[in-house]
Amino acid sequence: METTNHLRGKYAIVGVGETAYIRGAGRTTRSMATEAIKRAMDDAGLQPGEVDGMMSYSQMDSTLSTFVAGDLGLRLNYFMDVWGGGSSIEALIGIATGVIEAGMCNTIAIFRSMNGYSGMRFGGTGKRAAEPLTGDQLHARAYGWQSPAQMFSLSFMHHMYQYGTTPEQVAMVKVVHSEHASNNPKAIMKKRVSVKDVLNSRMIVKPLHLLDCCLETDNGTAIIVTRKERAYDLKQRPALIQAVVGRCSKPRSDMYYQHGSLSQVAGHYAKDILWKNADCQPEDIDVTGSYDAFTFTSLLQFEDYGFCQKGEGGEYVSNGTTRLGGKRPNNTSGGHLCEGYTHGISMVIENVRQLRGDVDDSCPIGPDGKRQHTHDYREGGCRQQPGVELTANLGWATPGTGSAMVMTKG
Amino acid sequence: MSINTHYLDMPIAIEDLDQENLAYFKHCANHQFHLQACTACQQLRYPPTTACPFCAHLGSEWHPVEGQGTVCSYEEVHHAIQPAFKPFLPYLVLLVELDTQKDQPRLGDALRVMGNLTDPQGRLAVPEVVKQVGIGSRVRMVFTEVDQGIALPQWTLDETAEQPAKPWRYIYE
Repeated sequence: METTNHLRGKYAIVGVGETAYIRGAGRTTRSMATEAIKRAMDDAGLQPGEVDGMMSYSQMDSTLSTFVAGDLGLRLNYFMDVWGGGSSIEALIGIATGVIEAGMCNTIAIFRSMNGYSGMRFGGTGKRAAEPLTGDQLHARAYGWQSPAQMFSLSFMHHMYQYGTTPEQVAMVKVVHSEHASNNPKAIMKKRVSVKDVLNSRMIVKPLHLLDCCLETDNGTAIIVTRKERAYDLKQRPALIQAVVGRCSKPRSDMYYQHGSLSQVAGHYAKDILWKNADCQPEDIDVTGSYDAFTFTSLLQFEDYGFCQKGEGGEYVSNGTTRLGGKRPNNTSGGHLCEGYTHGISMVIENVRQLRGDVDDSCPIGPDGKRQHTHDYREGGCRQQPGVELTANLGWATPGTGSAMVMTKG
Repeated sequence: MSINTHYLDMPIAIEDLDQENLAYFKHCANHQFHLQACTACQQLRYPPTTACPFCAHLGSEWHPVEGQGTVCSYEEVHHAIQPAFKPFLPYLVLLVELDTQKDQPRLGDALRVMGNLTDPQGRLAVPEVVKQVGIGSRVRMVFTEVDQGIALPQWTLDETAEQPAKPWRYIYE
């Protein structure tokens, strides 16, 4: 059944904010969430009385909207804290537009805050590994099939088997993202790496090496959503929301491995909603933010969203398309593989900045107070892609569930 | 009756309300593999669920199923998350397509059953055997004893089956 988009271009992301990406923050998720939202409010030029909605996502590893709003003196007309990791941010942005459209509030701040390195680690060591196996997990964790790397690798391995995708091609995702991170002062891993570095790093779960995996990180991140008319009264050029897909899933949801091809991901279904509702095609997109919990997650999504043919993801990530200065760079911040792991929200923040034409790299600040982007992408240089009009975020929860969003320059 | 026990130092807790999983593992404890069959459309399903994923019918019956199939994907774990798996590294996680109900209800579908590669006694396989198994390998089901009311279905190389000359494995060993 087809969906219909009544809100294309009517809502915008007007503010973005984040704490440092760090391993060992030494403070609470409440403290980091508060800082991230304050930075996003300052970025947008919003006063405390002007944010009246709040949402967040977590996996019982974070603070709640009530504490953060209270700390910042925000009286809320709406709030909602939901369970979730990757794929949540796009889905929540979609909800935010609907909530405002329904007249429940005017301006919503959405945050994710986690001590993903020094608190609950998504790799599953520590607290997560010690939890008892309950009924359904006996078909998974009992077999040492628990961490995201373990859960997804059956799909990754099957893709290599089906299409002859090579470890060298897959490693190129990390190589390219490390180039981008070398131009991002905020990135945890700024060092550029080679295909050989990836293949020589220790094996975690075949086919994934250590450098095929993202960086568990402590951080707080936030974005602010409001109506387009309101957006133009604020400080920044708005990023207009063209279409959102939220937690679109393969048949059988978490038991997706029972259905059809193992290497086909939720984007196969999400693409039909995304491109129709955004009224554009993959070839129109200037910058992508394809979720890189692992090198392979970016690659599989490019295929199923139609940026290349199914089975040609290895070629797509190796031929220069996804590099800064290339036809369609991916994760220009360095992404989860190099900047830090945020469950997807940092990739939305980066695309908002790309659409503004003002990413926070090391380019010199001009007399007008604005960065003078050089478009010289050598190490330590620029990471602003020229002429960005349309961006796509491709969020990932599992091979079976994903979210997506297209934004355009306001 | 609920189950509270341990497997490889991992606590297991199945509450008495979880009738589907208790029934599944009770059959396993008797070294029998049973799956739920829909009482309306007769399709089998894995893992245990509370309705039929093919027709949404609520009723089901447990049917014996032959524990025999082909490896459709695998992964080789070199970094253990649960500490008790460390002595067995590298271990294989297998996803096996059963011969039963292959390509049903649609072409390309199958009952895909998880398990580790083990020896015929259900002990995690040694590295020399791990290297012999890949996509296309023929395996048969065996069981790892856990406790009263529960054993874990596992996979071991099927000695009697015709094996591919060279099962598909990741390019670098």
